[in-house]
Amino acid sequence: MTGAEPLLAVENLTVLLPVEGLRRAVLRDVSLEIRPGEAVGLVGESGSGKSMTARAIDRLLPRGAEVSGRITFAGADVNELAGARLRAYRNQVAMIFQDPRAHVNPVRRVGDFLTEVLRTNLDVPAADARRRAVDMLAQVGIEDGQRRLRQYPHELSGGMLQRVMIAAALLTQPALLLADEPTTALDVTTQAEVMAILDDLRRDYGLAMLFITHDLELAAAICDRTIVMYAGQVVEVRASELLHGDPLHPYTAALAAARPDIARQTTRLQAIAGRPLSAFEAPAGQCAFAPRCPHAQPGCVAAAPELTAVDGGLSRCARVTQLRGHLEASHA
Amino acid sequence: MLIACLLVASFVIFGALYLAPGNPVTALSGGRALPAASMRVLEQRYHLNQPFLAQYWYWLENALHGNLGISITLRENVSSVIAARMWTTGGLVLYASLIILVVGIGSGVVAALRPGLADTSVLVSTSLSAAIPSFVAAIVLITLFSVKLGWFPALGNGTSFWSNVRHFTLPAVALAVSSLAIVARVTRAAVRAEADREHVQTAISRGIPARQLVRRHILRNAAIPIATVSGITIASLIAVAAVVETAFSLNGLGAYLVQAAQSKDLAVVQGISLVLVTAFVVINAAVDVLYAILDPRVALGSRAQ
Amino acid sequence: MSAAIGVSAARARLSRRGSAAGLLRSTGPAGIASAAVIVAATVLAAFGPLLAPYNPDLPDLGLAWIGPTGGHLLGFDFEGRDVLSRLLAGAQSSMAGPLAVVIGAMALGTVIAVVAAWRQGVTDTVISAGLDILFAFPGILLAVLAAAVFGAGLTAAATALSIAYMPYVARVLRGAALRERGQPYVAALEVQGASGTSICLRHIVPNMLPLIVAQATIMFGWAMVDLAAISFLGLGVQPPAPNWGVMISENEPGILQGYPLPALAAGLCIVGVVIAFNVLGERLFERAQGGLR
Repeated sequence: MTGAEPLLAVENLTVLLPVEGLRRAVLRDVSLEIRPGEAVGLVGESGSGKSMTARAIDRLLPRGAEVSGRITFAGADVNELAGARLRAYRNQVAMIFQDPRAHVNPVRRVGDFLTEVLRTNLDVPAADARRRAVDMLAQVGIEDGQRRLRQYPHELSGGMLQRVMIAAALLTQPALLLADEPTTALDVTTQAEVMAILDDLRRDYGLAMLFITHDLELAAAICDRTIVMYAGQVVEVRASELLHGDPLHPYTAALAAARPDIARQTTRLQAIAGRPLSAFEAPAGQCAFAPRCPHAQPGCVAAAPELTAVDGGLSRCARVTQLRGHLEASHA
Repeated sequence: MLIACLLVASFVIFGALYLAPGNPVTALSGGRALPAASMRVLEQRYHLNQPFLAQYWYWLENALHGNLGISITLRENVSSVIAARMWTTGGLVLYASLIILVVGIGSGVVAALRPGLADTSVLVSTSLSAAIPSFVAAIVLITLFSVKLGWFPALGNGTSFWSNVRHFTLPAVALAVSSLAIVARVTRAAVRAEADREHVQTAISRGIPARQLVRRHILRNAAIPIATVSGITIASLIAVAAVVETAFSLNGLGAYLVQAAQSKDLAVVQGISLVLVTAFVVINAAVDVLYAILDPRVALGSRAQ
Repeated sequence: MSAAIGVSAARARLSRRGSAAGLLRSTGPAGIASAAVIVAATVLAAFGPLLAPYNPDLPDLGLAWIGPTGGHLLGFDFEGRDVLSRLLAGAQSSMAGPLAVVIGAMALGTVIAVVAAWRQGVTDTVISAGLDILFAFPGILLAVLAAAVFGAGLTAAATALSIAYMPYVARVLRGAALRERGQPYVAALEVQGASGTSICLRHIVPNMLPLIVAQATIMFGWAMVDLAAISFLGLGVQPPAPNWGVMISENEPGILQGYPLPALAAGLCIVGVVIAFNVLGERLFERAQGGLR
């Protein structure tokens, strides 16, 4: 794995959006790398900037967004792409979204949705495109593909529609899949099914994946590495198997502790005091998490901490070396 | 629903005869004194000796067979008068509808897809034109284009097809002016709303080219509210046509309706009202069907409010 | 549960508490300008005949069609009467008619909408079906029918328009009333034993006030246009009474002879007031929608 050129490299990405007339930061100095075939989880609460990162990568930011920093895909600068090359890029990087019902055009048939890109951008003849669509539907577990192609989205359940979205994303044979909370809008059983399909297909096709979620355990389950974001910044990067037992940032530890665990008995649910901040709400010149951190000290609010390498991972905690090993024990 | 509407409407139109002060005979004769023989004819024809509902039934039955009674003032069959004037009103409404659809939808789409100067100018002009009633538009148009510039004739019908087009242009524009605004506004709002929808994001993320995006994902979806409002607007033209026909002295159904109302020629008023209400209801029903065709999620007969 | 009720009741109270001045300010410069025009028109309507510099009703055919001269800023109409004076006098009937229509339609529509939303079930279905049927009658058509039956005049026309507009009001307000009815504070009041009527009168309707006011404002514009049209057709206010719609139809022949001013002046008055109501009404609507969602 090491030594392989990163497929996607994000360097010092800062994004400003016009919010109620003012330009506000939603991402601050975000850097990450994804290598070919690697599954990376991107975890954070609302406002952390995780969705915004994916949108920046796919050039789906809202009108008026200001982007600084570099995003490189297979060596090319993503923000410089235009026209046919931009469309080719979009076929190489596929995105699946959270709410399938909102993200699929309700007045067009499922078959149109699946085959549209093949027919327009890639000049695949209609019959061929349909055949490939039916094949792909079978791979995501939808059997009678021919019939499904003729149906409308409202005739399919949420879970099925999400599988259709996955199938559609994979039809252009992308190298990288951006999955923006693909299972959040689904019920638990369907979630498990869709996750299984996603995982299997990813491995079969050797896809790289950026899996965005607010659920730390979910990310750890199928991703090799996990990135944790808070207030528009990356605060920790860690191999998934080490994340739970040996977190490198108080926020990660708090997230892990806050998830109710069926195996553990407790009298009170653990919550993190305060509420998650967006990048523009975070106090400047200090650690953004400090106001909610149980381990904060005067040094934490004196200067903004940098991302430092720690034992194969990265951490944005100024006190990481002191706190290591004690973060796990910080919850009762 | 359609049938129910028409039935109730016809009932009200018929029942108006009884709401009129005096008895039905005086109402039918418009207060004129008639010789006894004529009064007996009226009684017979309208079955005035029978109970109310029976009278209604006879009237309705006659109406469905095309027999709408006799006009007191013109001493002609109401149906033949209607047939003669129907084309004027029909042509006027059609012409105005074309203007509304082309200019209204067109400017709405342009305003939505090109924010900036185009958008602002469309917004301002629609705000203004929405407030201009057709008869005010009529006199302004006559003043400018007929009297001052002499481009179009002011009054009356034409003689041939193209002459008709010339004569109907100013009236059609007057009729279209205030309705244009709402169609343009709704189009603009619908296209803008669709452009922001999540499924459009999906299409963009998959690299669909812009032209196709606009055509297949934005406009196609926006077509639903646009078609609905266009249909309703065109249906409402039927009533306002009466005002425009009067202003331009066109011999359409609407103008005749007004004249009949002034001279209290009730049979004519009832006949023309029935025709107009039927046309109105039919157009609305057509909009329902169109809506169900455009939106596969909707079952026929349930237009979302 | 109690927290949710507290919040929605508080929100309901807050939306009622905004003062009229604050509401006006929130509609922006266009809204304030429109309100000013409306106030001016109302003053004219109330005091028009007193403010008229010359007698609006006295014909003098020798003066017919003369353009603006001396103290006659807008010239004379087809019967030699001072146009400006007639416009000022005509403001009364031109504004009073729409007012009657709005009051009638809003009162009827509100009651029907709230009853349908409160009772729901069969009552609602029947009322909704009835409203759907009423939609089949365009306002002008009903007014023409009324004129034919009852004779031309402002009363018949205004009544007909009230009935024709009522379904629009009822449809919009029914939606809002349904939303209010679903709020937790209504359930809480019911549990406490408050009667349906009192809940509707003291809570639901007041919370719909912003929407009601917005709807009434826009409706005034429609009513003004329709009533002027009916008067233009000769089926509303009858000449020689001064009325903006009537003035347009009386003076239309003058246009063809090269004297457009009297008709155009009347037209401009109508358009000006209608624009004001439309602009203000739209902004009030936006604000009302924002508050109720």
